[in-house]
Amino acid sequence: MSELKLELKEKIIEQLNLEDIAIEEIADTDPLFGEGLGLDSIDALELIVMLDKDYGIKLADPKQGRTIFESIDSMATYIEEHRSR
Amino acid sequence: MSKSVYINSVGSVSVQKTFDNSEFLNEITTYNDTVASVVNPDYKAYIPPTQARRMAKGIKMSTVSSQTALQEAGLENVDAIIVGTGLGCIGDSVKFVRDIIDNDEQFLTPTRFIQSSHNTVSGQIALGISCKGYNFTYVHAAVSFESCLIDAKMQLENDEAKNILVGGVDEMVKYHVDTHRLIGHIKSEPADSTRLLTVNTKGSVMGEGAHFFVLSNEKQESTYAELVAIETYNSIAQENIPNKIEAFLEENHMTIEDLDLVILGNNGDVDFDGYYENLSTGLFKDRPQAYYKHLSTEFDTASGFAFWLSAKILKTQTIPEVVKLNEIEVSNPRTILIYNQYRGENHSLMLLRKC
Repeated sequence: MSELKLELKEKIIEQLNLEDIAIEEIADTDPLFGEGLGLDSIDALELIVMLDKDYGIKLADPKQGRTIFESIDSMATYIEEHRSR
Repeated sequence: MSKSVYINSVGSVSVQKTFDNSEFLNEITTYNDTVASVVNPDYKAYIPPTQARRMAKGIKMSTVSSQTALQEAGLENVDAIIVGTGLGCIGDSVKFVRDIIDNDEQFLTPTRFIQSSHNTVSGQIALGISCKGYNFTYVHAAVSFESCLIDAKMQLENDEAKNILVGGVDEMVKYHVDTHRLIGHIKSEPADSTRLLTVNTKGSVMGEGAHFFVLSNEKQESTYAELVAIETYNSIAQENIPNKIEAFLEENHMTIEDLDLVILGNNGDVDFDGYYENLSTGLFKDRPQAYYKHLSTEFDTASGFAFWLSAKILKTQTIPEVVKLNEIEVSNPRTILIYNQYRGENHSLMLLRKC
């Protein structure tokens, strides 16, 4: 699980071009949107594509993203339970 | 009667350190290469990190350049934004197309799509200053920037707008360099920028840049010069160029003798510099001459650098030694003609006057 969390942090930094943020600066429980990392709706789309492409998870309802993408912890938990690759 | 058009401010990010308007080619960046990148300003000083992370290099360069121009003109908004670009944000266009191929048309992400269109720059600038006015992007190869000027000039002359932000931008990315090297448009051997016109090889040194200007039909304290006339020609036989130039000047009630400086677009390509050399030794042989592509490098909107150079010369009344092409001196330059072409096509004439 901790490996997956590290992988997610790396992917988020790389794919969302968070140039000034280091992996250590993202805590597992930090909110990804709003006052945390400050991600926005375009980032949410990027994360949905990432789930599909890298873990084989298709979100039928984009509103699910609201809870899944709450933090690194919630993302990792959801991926562990639903991944097909 | 149509109104006059003034260049009220300038902004530039180029291969030279031009982003600081308080300087005028005080330090020259030389290179010995086949390509050259811009001298990067501190983008973080101009763009919040949350916005910068989705910006391609061309957008970052344009944001700095346009902000500089708006600030110098004392404006927070304009009536219109008109941008010229040969290739737009080609870096993200390449990534987007590569994603389509690599992922079998699946998993396409929004950021690269948003930035893969040519009009991303004008759109981003408009979003940044909340400009809801006319927003247009011209994509006409080596006359992209000039096309913007024509549009802006007509609107200002007819008093359809008062202040227009006009700019030209092109970014350099690996794919573009690789393809242009393959077809021989980039030099195969490094060229020393201090002797670019004597290297005697084919192709040019490829680069990038963003040049923005506020054009207005009202003169103000910051005004650099008046944009008197501009003309573009897709193709002209080399032997007809002198006639075209004389006709252009005649339309503006001028002759060759009225030109205090001629700025030419020689880029050191042995196959195409003849267009300029014929003029240097013929029509313009008695006029002071300057060149600029050893400073700007070559790209579709490189003539924006010449426009910036001309505006600076007319405002400061100084012609930097590094741009002089011949030894004919001029003490108080009042009228400048810029002539540019790329690979024998897309010729342009721009006439500027001190005011």
